[in-house]
Amino acid sequence: MTWWRRALLSVAAPVLAAVVAALVCTAILLATGDDVSAFWNTMLQWPAERNLVNILNNASVLYLSGIAAAIGFRMNLFNIGVEGQYRIGAFLAAAFAAQAWLPGKLNTVAAIGVAMAGGAAWAGIAGLLRVTRGVSEVISTIMLNLIAGSLVAYFLTRVGVQTGVSTSTKNIPQDSWVGGISLFPGAPDLFGLSLLAVVVGVAFSVLLNRTRFGFDLRATGASSTAAVASGIDVRRMIVVSMLMSGAVAGLIGMPTLFGSSHNYGTSFQTGIGFAGIAVALLGRNHPVGIAAGALIFAFLSEQGNLLNILAGVSPDIVAVMQGVFVMAVVIAYEVVRRYRARLEQAAVADEIGSPATEPATA
Amino acid sequence: MTTITAGRPAAPDDERRRSRSGSRIWVYVIVGFILVALVRVTSGANDVNSSGTMRAALIAAVPIALAGLGGLWSERAGVVNIGLEGMMIAGTLGAGYFTYHYGVVAGIVGAALFGALGGVLHAVATVIFGVDHIVSGVAINIIALGVAGFLAEVFFTSLPGGGPTQSPSLDRPPDIDIPAISDRALRIEDKHWFLVSDLASVVGALTRNLSLFTVFALLLIGGTGWLLWRTSFGLRLRSCGESPVAAESLGVNVYRYKFIAVTVSGAMAGLGGGYLALVASSGFQQGQTGGRGYIGLAAMLFGNWRPGGMLLGATLFGYTDAVQLRRGEESLHALLLVVAIVLLIVGLLQLRRRATVQAVFSLVFAAGFLVWYLLSDTVPTEFTTMAPFVTTLLVLAFASQNLRMPAADGLPYRKGSAG
Repeated sequence: MTWWRRALLSVAAPVLAAVVAALVCTAILLATGDDVSAFWNTMLQWPAERNLVNILNNASVLYLSGIAAAIGFRMNLFNIGVEGQYRIGAFLAAAFAAQAWLPGKLNTVAAIGVAMAGGAAWAGIAGLLRVTRGVSEVISTIMLNLIAGSLVAYFLTRVGVQTGVSTSTKNIPQDSWVGGISLFPGAPDLFGLSLLAVVVGVAFSVLLNRTRFGFDLRATGASSTAAVASGIDVRRMIVVSMLMSGAVAGLIGMPTLFGSSHNYGTSFQTGIGFAGIAVALLGRNHPVGIAAGALIFAFLSEQGNLLNILAGVSPDIVAVMQGVFVMAVVIAYEVVRRYRARLEQAAVADEIGSPATEPATA
Repeated sequence: MTTITAGRPAAPDDERRRSRSGSRIWVYVIVGFILVALVRVTSGANDVNSSGTMRAALIAAVPIALAGLGGLWSERAGVVNIGLEGMMIAGTLGAGYFTYHYGVVAGIVGAALFGALGGVLHAVATVIFGVDHIVSGVAINIIALGVAGFLAEVFFTSLPGGGPTQSPSLDRPPDIDIPAISDRALRIEDKHWFLVSDLASVVGALTRNLSLFTVFALLLIGGTGWLLWRTSFGLRLRSCGESPVAAESLGVNVYRYKFIAVTVSGAMAGLGGGYLALVASSGFQQGQTGGRGYIGLAAMLFGNWRPGGMLLGATLFGYTDAVQLRRGEESLHALLLVVAIVLLIVGLLQLRRRATVQAVFSLVFAAGFLVWYLLSDTVPTEFTTMAPFVTTLLVLAFASQNLRMPAADGLPYRKGSAG
């Protein structure tokens, strides 16, 4: 296969999927009698500076969530529990930091460590159950998600303070907050800890492509039987990658916690864990691809917030678009994979079938 | 000739094992029932199994059971379905829309239809395109949440009593009422006699305001058991979940069976959503499912991929959901004793079978629950909401040698891959 054909095929899938998602949404809006042109005008306009910052903030959070999911996906380990691990991590970090046992930024660093440890421990339960008892990590992480929800709610009533209708942990002392980065004068700041996304992305990339562990990870994902045959301890890999996935999941809440909310409460953002899975799927578990997926998701969500006012359309249509996009992308990747396999088989068959022409072309 | 005689003994043996597992469920039910009755008498927490609690438990259990039934259909054909939650959400919306405009029967059909649409999508992705089952399920949950949110606003905002997140109040499916029996049962129940009053409360719950939808759901569960285990259609469908390659070699159109199974799976989950909207509450509300699709999945795993066990699991989970409604903290506290006794029995049985490690675990947990019971007066409600999930995890972790999922469950299959 020539290089341009290869490149074309890998670009074709996401583009095709985006077109399908756009068509489905247009069809739905036409059927419900909504204003389609106002919808597209709103969605495709260049965002204001304030919205750009929001997009970057949300994208960094989604990116962390996507990487957390991708670490497992890379070796066919389905950590559906990013949501639960993220909540446990964020809650523990908020509760810990609010105690102010350590001064200033030391407190921040320690709290981030607590979040990672909490997320890793919660994911580790699923990893251990998988290797010791053979429990599917899909089921155990779904159960752990639901348990995490109740557990955090319970401890929140124990340690939290009531303000109005919502309960939250005590505020983190101000000297432990992480200041923002001002991109545009007058617009809100970029969360300081959104740089964690960059750090994690680079670390994931290096780990995957430059270390033995990363090689083992990819090998196990490609073929676990071949991995076992070449001496990889798959059970250890499962536990370690589950722990790493959970640790990154613990980081998801950090930019918001230290940048804007300063406590963990009943109104803390939920659903990021599931969105992260979608983002990882969009980006094919590749560090750069996930970044693109996170930006697209964050862009769509932010533009969607304007829909009600500017186009009179419910912003939930954005969730439809995101979902259809993901579904279309995974189907398209699968179709392309099959098509490519067929091309390669044909190419090999050609070579074997006519060896006489081989020297001439080479 | 020899192959036939060698093959023969397997069938009756399998038959015996199945009827044994059927009667074992009854043993569990009866033992559990007696234990609860015992604890009610000794602790005086009469709402532990009052007819009110029983009715609430039934209403809480049916949607879980229908979602579990959906899981059963799809996983028996070898397709893992974690999109049940999304299909259930679609069902709540379908029930809301069709009931408001065309009446209750249309609403029930609409719930099944919307759920089935989700099932078709899952089938297209997993069966035809070979997308990973988990991935497709996650995508369906995202899509369904968005579609329900969007269409709810379109459907219900302008209706009287409706809003962007809820439908107007809807007609309910008719109830069955047999006052001659239920009044008498209530009188016996109020005497608080051991076992007699407990039975009366069950009878009372089943004879007063029993929704026809509940009866329909129970018929569906029984019908599924019959269809999947007693007909050739069911045998073929299950063969697709056990060994699609073998099924294909015998001329079964595996794609078609999987497609049917996953579509029906969606319809069942959709009906579960419809039940939530029509019986468990008085209309569609956003976020009504509250993870019940996942709980249904858990009930199915708990029930070892079988309708009877699944129903038992759903009832258990529905009960823990319902018991907190009426003086829940007191009732739950009494139930701690039940859990301790059950674990004690399990531990002793394991000890007799020389499964020492598991026995020690069970006995330690039994002691823990006993201590909890003795040292506290109430149980926080958060602990009951997580009880079904912890139970499922523990069952999967410590009883997994008794569980057997369909052999090819979740594996990709392509026609002609038999080689």
